[in-house]
Amino acid sequence: MEKETGTETVKRGLAQMLKGGVIMDVTNAEQARIAEEAGACAVMALERVPADIRAQGGVARMAAPEKILEIMEAVTIPVMAKCRIGHFVEAQVLEALGVDFIDESEVLTPADEEHHVDKHAFKVPFVCGCRNLGEALRRIGEGAAMIRTKGEAGTGNVVEAVRHARAVLGEIRRLTTMAPEELMSYAKEIGAPYELVCEVAKLGRLPVVNFAAGGIATPADAALMMQLGMDGVFVGSGIFKSADPARRAKAIVEAVTHYNDPMIIAEVSKGLGEAMPGLEIAAIPTEERLAVRGW
Amino acid sequence: MRIGVLALQGAFIEHIHILRGLGVEAVEVRLPEHLDRLDGLIIPGGESTTIGKLAVQYGLLEPIRDMASAGKAIWGTCAGLILLARKLSGPRGKGADPPLLELMDITVARNAFGRQVDSFEVDLAIPALDAVSSPAEAGRPFHAVFIRAPRIEVVGPEIEVLARLDEGPVVAARQDHLLTTAFHPELTTDTRFHRYFLALAG
Repeated sequence: MEKETGTETVKRGLAQMLKGGVIMDVTNAEQARIAEEAGACAVMALERVPADIRAQGGVARMAAPEKILEIMEAVTIPVMAKCRIGHFVEAQVLEALGVDFIDESEVLTPADEEHHVDKHAFKVPFVCGCRNLGEALRRIGEGAAMIRTKGEAGTGNVVEAVRHARAVLGEIRRLTTMAPEELMSYAKEIGAPYELVCEVAKLGRLPVVNFAAGGIATPADAALMMQLGMDGVFVGSGIFKSADPARRAKAIVEAVTHYNDPMIIAEVSKGLGEAMPGLEIAAIPTEERLAVRGW
Repeated sequence: MRIGVLALQGAFIEHIHILRGLGVEAVEVRLPEHLDRLDGLIIPGGESTTIGKLAVQYGLLEPIRDMASAGKAIWGTCAGLILLARKLSGPRGKGADPPLLELMDITVARNAFGRQVDSFEVDLAIPALDAVSSPAEAGRPFHAVFIRAPRIEVVGPEIEVLARLDEGPVVAARQDHLLTTAFHPELTTDTRFHRYFLALAG
């Protein structure tokens, strides 16, 4: 057999290698090195962290290539970058730059209000956000190699990540108890491909790795998502908007590894200084909520 | 038989599922006390810098070296291969290097085949697996999945080379009871490498 690249196995496989780890948002080489030094299993290269995108408003786009290259040059761990929902040319540019994973992200301003990127057309793997099982399976159907909950990015408030994790995991549990003849109407009800619904019913989990994201700010937040049954966590603004990013980053990494050990979580949570300032979800006008973007 | 899988970060659950499927007791190892009463240890794929840092932080390097000196079998896949190595080669000065167990006489290049878009699958001839193969499996190539994989650039005199890629770089090797693969048998349904490892552990 000839060498094959860009297969489903190698795309999903990289996500499997990230499990039990923390993926951190960084905006320059210095932050990337701090994240790697703290034990991040990957970094997300960004122009601005979600908290700043939220504060500054305007159209949020893919980061400038030189910014992404600066970060790729700084670290040996995988580098991810975000493209706008449906913006397949931003995705082509990111693939050409050599990023290891693309996040088709609702944190950026959507470029298409009906369609997501056809992710099968790429050799680079994609991660996409979801709020429920139907959305997760639509993204996997389009070729996503990894799923994350949406949460509400840039808020430092974990409540939406918990809501979405419970929705996805709860729907999977319900699905595993259904009779075979119920699966088609369930697929129709949640707007998901029938074959994927059957696969999830059989596996009892998504066929790809499933991380938590959006609003995770403390080691206990991260361990909460792990105990709920997520495979790992993304931390966006929570690290570099806090008082002591290096220390908090390391503490969150340790809390994810030892998520079932409250003594260790207590120990690593000491002396971290101020967490990022939080936002009450109800205080955010509906049109400014990021999680509702995506179709 | 009781096999530990280092569960600090990465694809540890895949190894555990295969081991349990083979009827072996498999335990997650996160702290030194979890190494007690093990017959062998698997260091899985994941990010070698992450796994290495957590292993140092939680005092696991010395107890794992002690296991090796006691003659226990240890198998590193991908990131685990890096951690078992004596030395790293390749361009230095970029990013952080993981701490090494320095147990196997090999020099390893990290991310030796490029970035993720260069990750690949390929069939490898691995004659050593014939020792654990059923008649139906004998002589069959092993389907190997390489993800941002390392490769072995220099091997010492005690190393038995188990597989090469295109008759070039070494991608699987053994030094007595220590085993290493640059690829991921735990991402396939072929359990021959796990059985080969269990034979070293038993």
